[in-house]
Amino acid sequence: MSRKLIFLIPVFVIPCLLFFLPSSSLASEPIRIGVYLPMTGPVAAFGQMEWAGIQTAHQMRPTVLGRQVELVLVDEKSDRIEAANAVSRLLKKEKVQAIIGSATSSNTMAGAALSEKAKIPMVSPTATLPLVTQNKKYVFRVCFIDSFQGEAAARFAYRNLRARRVAVIVDRAQDYCVGLASYFKRAFTHLGGKVVSMAYCQTGDQDFSAQLTSILASQPGLLYLPNYYTEDALIVRQAQELGLNVPVLSADGAQAPELIKIGGKAVEGLYLLAHFAPEGATTPLAKEFMESFKKSREETSGFHALGADAYFVLLDAIKRAGCTNGDAVRTALASTRGFGGVSGVITIGPDGNAVKSAVILQVRGGQFRYLTIVKPW
Amino acid sequence: MDLPLFLQQLLNGISLGSLYALIAIGYTMVYGIIRLINFAHGDVLMVSTYFTYFGISVYALPWWLSVIIAILLTALLGILIDLGAYRPVRHAPRVSALITAIGVSFLLENLGLVVFGGRPKAFYRPDFLNKTYELAGVHVFSLSIWVPLVTALLLVLVFLLLYRTRVGAAMRAVAKDMEMVQLMGVDVNRVISLAFAVGSALAAAGGIMWAMKYPQINPLMGIIPGLKAFVAAVLGGIGNIHGAVLGGFLLGVMEILLVAFLPSLAGYRDAFAFILLILILLFRPTGLVGKGASG
Amino acid sequence: MSDWRGRDRTYRLCAYGSILCLFAFLFLVENYADEYQIRILNVSAIFVTMAVSYNLINGVAGQFSLGPNAFMAVGAYTTALLTISPAEKELCFIIEPIIWPLSVLHLPFLPSLLIGGTFAALLGFIMAFPVFRVRGDYLAIVTLGFGEVVRVVANNTQSITNGPLGLKGLPEYTNLWWSWGVAVFTVFCVTRLVKSSFGRAMQAIREDEVAAAAMGINVFRHKMLAFVVHAFFAGMAGGLMAHLVTTISPTLFSFFLTFNLLVIIVIGGLGSMTGSIIAAIIITYAGEWLRAVEEPMAIGPFNIPGIPGMRMVVFAIMLILVMIFARQGLMGRREFSWEWFCGFLRTGERRG
Repeated sequence: MSRKLIFLIPVFVIPCLLFFLPSSSLASEPIRIGVYLPMTGPVAAFGQMEWAGIQTAHQMRPTVLGRQVELVLVDEKSDRIEAANAVSRLLKKEKVQAIIGSATSSNTMAGAALSEKAKIPMVSPTATLPLVTQNKKYVFRVCFIDSFQGEAAARFAYRNLRARRVAVIVDRAQDYCVGLASYFKRAFTHLGGKVVSMAYCQTGDQDFSAQLTSILASQPGLLYLPNYYTEDALIVRQAQELGLNVPVLSADGAQAPELIKIGGKAVEGLYLLAHFAPEGATTPLAKEFMESFKKSREETSGFHALGADAYFVLLDAIKRAGCTNGDAVRTALASTRGFGGVSGVITIGPDGNAVKSAVILQVRGGQFRYLTIVKPW
Repeated sequence: MDLPLFLQQLLNGISLGSLYALIAIGYTMVYGIIRLINFAHGDVLMVSTYFTYFGISVYALPWWLSVIIAILLTALLGILIDLGAYRPVRHAPRVSALITAIGVSFLLENLGLVVFGGRPKAFYRPDFLNKTYELAGVHVFSLSIWVPLVTALLLVLVFLLLYRTRVGAAMRAVAKDMEMVQLMGVDVNRVISLAFAVGSALAAAGGIMWAMKYPQINPLMGIIPGLKAFVAAVLGGIGNIHGAVLGGFLLGVMEILLVAFLPSLAGYRDAFAFILLILILLFRPTGLVGKGASG
Repeated sequence: MSDWRGRDRTYRLCAYGSILCLFAFLFLVENYADEYQIRILNVSAIFVTMAVSYNLINGVAGQFSLGPNAFMAVGAYTTALLTISPAEKELCFIIEPIIWPLSVLHLPFLPSLLIGGTFAALLGFIMAFPVFRVRGDYLAIVTLGFGEVVRVVANNTQSITNGPLGLKGLPEYTNLWWSWGVAVFTVFCVTRLVKSSFGRAMQAIREDEVAAAAMGINVFRHKMLAFVVHAFFAGMAGGLMAHLVTTISPTLFSFFLTFNLLVIIVIGGLGSMTGSIIAAIIITYAGEWLRAVEEPMAIGPFNIPGIPGMRMVVFAIMLILVMIFARQGLMGRREFSWEWFCGFLRTGERRG
């Protein structure tokens, strides 16, 4: 019996030992910045664009405090549970000193709870829902927030497009879309307009004929679509097929090449409220960024710019903090004032949000064209 | 709701229903012969849309040529799936075959993610399908007319194959009694391969039209059409081709009318098909048409 | 006789001893391992619970159900709605406010978990009436249909489930003690059930339903029992899962989850609880290892593209290969027993 036991011991002991193996936590020279973005799934376009922007920014400024910066990318698969897993992996396994991510509000919130607990600062490039940074000490963003975006869209719809009756289709699976729609509605009603129809759809839906048929009956003068590009492209196409020919106003979540690829001719003339337009860029950093970005042969969009800004703002904070201590970097981030980023001049407000202006783009000739700028309140 | 709008919705329903019908035939043929629910059928459809996509966008072929090549390749894929995965478990318990089919379905979906990537791709739609006509207040979208027409043509071809050719007769005979037909010297495996080929080709046709209707494709797009078409096949009595066609049209029309007349229930659209399925299985397990009408 | 009894006592002591060892091990892990490893161990325990209860209906009773995701969803939502604080709920429900009794209910974890399991079992009880009117692959499809219906309902009952936005801010209750405690409890209950006369009857139904009925076994009632027990534990597992990830939405409970469980019980061996336990742990860890393949990694200047979906490709191929070449899985229908284990040791001694 004893010999057999001796043979059996390693069988049980080895797996136990595996648990306690140190997971490559040797003190390394470079500063590790974790990035979690949707590289696959329904909103992969955002993740891929932001990642391209972050990489270009990293090539422009690869060092801080005399140390190399190392980026660790984890895919959150456009899924909020995967987003939480990704952040927990970055924190526990990769032991990063700061985090950039994620592209959408729902998934940023899933990750933010974890980094808040671990006291590791996180900067989101494009999570625009106000709730994301609320009551969070370590969570920041470099984009404007939806309460501003909804209000700006309402102003543009009412004053520039002279719309009075608006129909809205909202993706009710996304916090971002639901939030934006309600801010828009509040502001638009306040201005004196009327939201005549509010219909709901869901990420991944392909057929919107039911919603569009009921909207057709309410005779709107404008269609507001505060959703992501895939849904918006299909909605606009099907609206035209059903004979609903009214101007369409969309939001920053629709600014992706896919909108035009999938939407085809139907999206010609669509208005879009966005973060950034190359024609409107003024800062020296923006010019330098667009110069380096030319190599990728892609048109610079808001997502590239904001991805880069998340990196630059974080780097600037680390430089001012003089170390990578979570609390020091957090304090430095919170005191960012008038930073000349790619997407404009960024000031981080007391709640961790960037205060900045928005631009209006229009799809013309299969491209996003700069139309005008909308200043903060 | 007024008459023009009703007609418009009816047309939408028929066009959706014809897609279900085309896809459902594949389920019913395979089930009729080897009693296997081919879970991967919807994913075969997905692959066919990618074949077309690559033909048009990467190899720059004319769209009609890409469609034909895609349909042929998909038929081949159907045969290969049968050879590689289903034939080895043909004499195993039926549950093992079902598990294998589920495995194949997940394999195709995830292989699709690996090979094609998760980012949806825009699908080509020929210009003549892009027009909107207005007839007496009814907005008619040209695609909604072409889809049923093409479907009708394909159905005529299938029925000609089944009832006017020797292989068609063999197929119907195998469905009735496989062992007996085998004893009479028919190569059953070839008949089964043919059933997979025809079923997959029809699914490809349905899938390509689906992708033109909702001009965007991704590796998981086959799941919902696949499940719905399966419901259509059960609705008509699985194993019965006439039934599958009828079930497809019925399901399509009911679904569109439900959404159009009760928009508040639009969210339950996908559940509707399954509730229908459960009710059918409970009260009329042989489906509306019942068995025996054909193979 | 006395020898038999003595040995029986030894085996029981062995069982208690091994459970003690397990918890001692968990104590060590909780205090010395990092959070990532604790998380994976938690997930393994939840998969053990799910797989063992799923195997009861699929392997032991031979009723091929494809709807465990429905029960997990019900368990998870029920538990979550009871544990989330009223203030948090108010923040969560932004489209429509939550309906009345749910808006104020707030219970500790254990009662919530039990109520979650009970609700799932209740759903199982109701579902059993239509489901067991059909057999074989039809049963598979009907249960799959129920799974989808539950998901669609969760998507649309905005004022109860918060629709596709899902529930957020669940307290992080699940820890190693809860997850492994429930797992051990489940294994204990299910193995006792399988060994009892009820279990024998279930196996008889699996082998030949008509013969079982002819022997006087109430076929429907035994299928129902297996189904309800399966539902109860799947519901508990759902509750544990919900309080591990702390945010749930209907997409979490899609057919994908069922597929994972199916892979586990097929690889472990349909009908073998031991197999399910081993396979659940192996598959959970394999999934984590394979995750590395999937992720695009940027290390320094090198950018290694990930291969997303690779993990599921491997699992799908594994499932197909097991079905073609090794239909019995790891364990077939055999079970681990102390008798076998001691016998194994003794033969080793004799040889040595």
